[in-house]
Amino acid sequence: MTNPSPRRVIPLKVERSSTLTASERRAVLDACERSKSLPGGLLPILHAVQESLGFVPPDAIALIAHELNLSRAEVHGVVSFYHYFRTQRGGRHVVHVCRAEACQAQGAVGLEAHAKKSLGVEFHGTSADGAVTLEPVYCLGNCSLGPSLMIDDQLQGRVSAERFDELMAPLRAPSPHA
Amino acid sequence: MSGPKIFVPLDAAARSVGADATARAIAEEARHRGLDIELVRNGSRGLLWLEPLVEVEQGGVRYAYGPVAPASVAGLFDGGFHSASGDAAKRHPLAQGPTEEIEYLKRQQRLTFSRVGITDPRSLADYLAHGGYRGLEAALDMEPARIVESVTASGLRGRGGAAFPAGMKWKTVLGAPGKQKYVVCNADEGDSGTFSDRMIMEGDPFVLIEGMTIAGLATGAERGYIYLRWEYPDAKRSLDSAIRSATDAHYLGDDIQGSGRRFELEVRMGAGAYICGEETSLLESLEGKRGQVRFKPPLPAIAGLFGRPTVINNVITFASVPIILDRGADFYRHFGMGRSRGTLPMQLAGNVKRGGLVEVAFGMSLKELLYDFGGGSLSGRPIRAVQVGGPLGAYLPESQFDTPLDYEAFAEIKGMLGHGGVVVFDDTVDMAAQARYAMEFCAIESCGKCTPCRIGSTRGVEVIDRLVAGENAAAQEVLLRDLCETLTYGSLCALGGLTPYPVLSALNHFAGDFVKTKSSQASA
Repeated sequence: MTNPSPRRVIPLKVERSSTLTASERRAVLDACERSKSLPGGLLPILHAVQESLGFVPPDAIALIAHELNLSRAEVHGVVSFYHYFRTQRGGRHVVHVCRAEACQAQGAVGLEAHAKKSLGVEFHGTSADGAVTLEPVYCLGNCSLGPSLMIDDQLQGRVSAERFDELMAPLRAPSPHA
Repeated sequence: MSGPKIFVPLDAAARSVGADATARAIAEEARHRGLDIELVRNGSRGLLWLEPLVEVEQGGVRYAYGPVAPASVAGLFDGGFHSASGDAAKRHPLAQGPTEEIEYLKRQQRLTFSRVGITDPRSLADYLAHGGYRGLEAALDMEPARIVESVTASGLRGRGGAAFPAGMKWKTVLGAPGKQKYVVCNADEGDSGTFSDRMIMEGDPFVLIEGMTIAGLATGAERGYIYLRWEYPDAKRSLDSAIRSATDAHYLGDDIQGSGRRFELEVRMGAGAYICGEETSLLESLEGKRGQVRFKPPLPAIAGLFGRPTVINNVITFASVPIILDRGADFYRHFGMGRSRGTLPMQLAGNVKRGGLVEVAFGMSLKELLYDFGGGSLSGRPIRAVQVGGPLGAYLPESQFDTPLDYEAFAEIKGMLGHGGVVVFDDTVDMAAQARYAMEFCAIESCGKCTPCRIGSTRGVEVIDRLVAGENAAAQEVLLRDLCETLTYGSLCALGGLTPYPVLSALNHFAGDFVKTKSSQASA
């Protein structure tokens, strides 16, 4: 083998005009640090970013790509493939309403309509008070006790329109930290 | 000495209807009355219409009460449900009698689910006390080839839906060259109407870990992954805690029970993509990529995760292995009919009076399941259609309810048993809407790799809309059938390939729903 010539390092501008705040940047780098040595570590990293920030900021993509030695296109491709990852900041809570067949058989279509009306949003939208983002989900595994929804990571079954409003009330009350 | 044991499930379904509040109320009430009780958070018995189902152990017998809302708790204590003399409680309107005597449970053959609802899923000691790890113990004394033979002889077929003989997969991996091999558990239970994987992972996580460890011993794989959907956070907690306990007790790790054999296990989370339940797409996702389906061959058993030989099976498949190793292949094989051996945990869901988990030997008729177990529809209206096998399964009309629960019998009527999900619809269902939804679902969840699925599904929605609107209906129907044929034969995987099942079964058995005139009633 020939002696390798001294490597010329081309400075990479990873984050041209990045809008990430310092703490967001820290969260992304922490997530990368924890999982980048795992085989197939991109999904765990994206989960960790979304868990700490509530979403995967578009500007995080370049940073993650750099850390994992992937192209931005590859990371973007993964983020956009999976329904769970969101690239826009959501509300304080995320409510996933089940749209699948077993819940349909128990009135999910009506619940979906009620949820949209009562929150004043379509799917993927956030209520005007910033409290709740509404998302569709295809099965929560609670198929005998539908219609079902999940508030953050809390599963709820047998959700009628009235029950929906009851469940939303505490989420929509003015936040004590606001 | 501690007081009576009171059980309140920790299962997500039970919690979804208030089990946590009930458990808190019981603890509070006992404290108030100065009573000493031992509160155990068990898995769910699977009698989901009775959740939260509270059990009290008296003289070695467990008595069930359900559904118990926090408001009923004081009354149950008043009736003395916690004490041996509590005869008044046994006449309480919520009293269901001894749990094991409840018809729904008594008529089942629980092999895979033998411990679920009985033990504390967080306790390894409880698992061991109920026959846990006996399968692994047997496997540690066997040559890998003998373990594989045993699984083959049991007749166990993949419970994820495709029903491929598990032993054959394992044999291929065992015979594949290479030092690095993997065991992957498909816990991406995305089919609507199914929750048996979730119940096992939450209610008896050690049985899955044991099954995967045996698969590792059988094939020479030293590393395993459980690919779990994000929608199951309770299962994640349960598995993580069980993996820690099993590792601490040397049931996982470098030196399993002093055998010198090694097996490590990790849970990885999916991110909301139905297609990742397809095995090759799941492997792509585990590798940190878009969950796009791979061409086969090569089979995952030859070139799977990171290109290495990989055993990939569903949760229930792995969870059925310990009992096969413990009791022997003949014991397991003895259950079932034809080429469908053993038991299948069926899940009764949708508009059904008594929804829940029903583990029975193959061969029972769908009708028995719907009426004897399910008790008909929840709404009290006639059952009009039943979708078996998830969103890619056929909609069956009443005339097909006599079909026995058997892989081949379902294939004969152009349906599939799949992962054992049964979704019940009453006579208010609009079958054209269900057919449209099947196409819509395929469009949302298509991985985009092959054209029939990616584009055909969207075209399918449009054609059904025009058909229902009565725009040149006869021609639209020809077009829809033609499109379904393209999807069936031209798609790369089962998502595109099977979406025609629900669409065509709706069209064939419930044609009236596709006719615009609102006066038209059900044709079935």
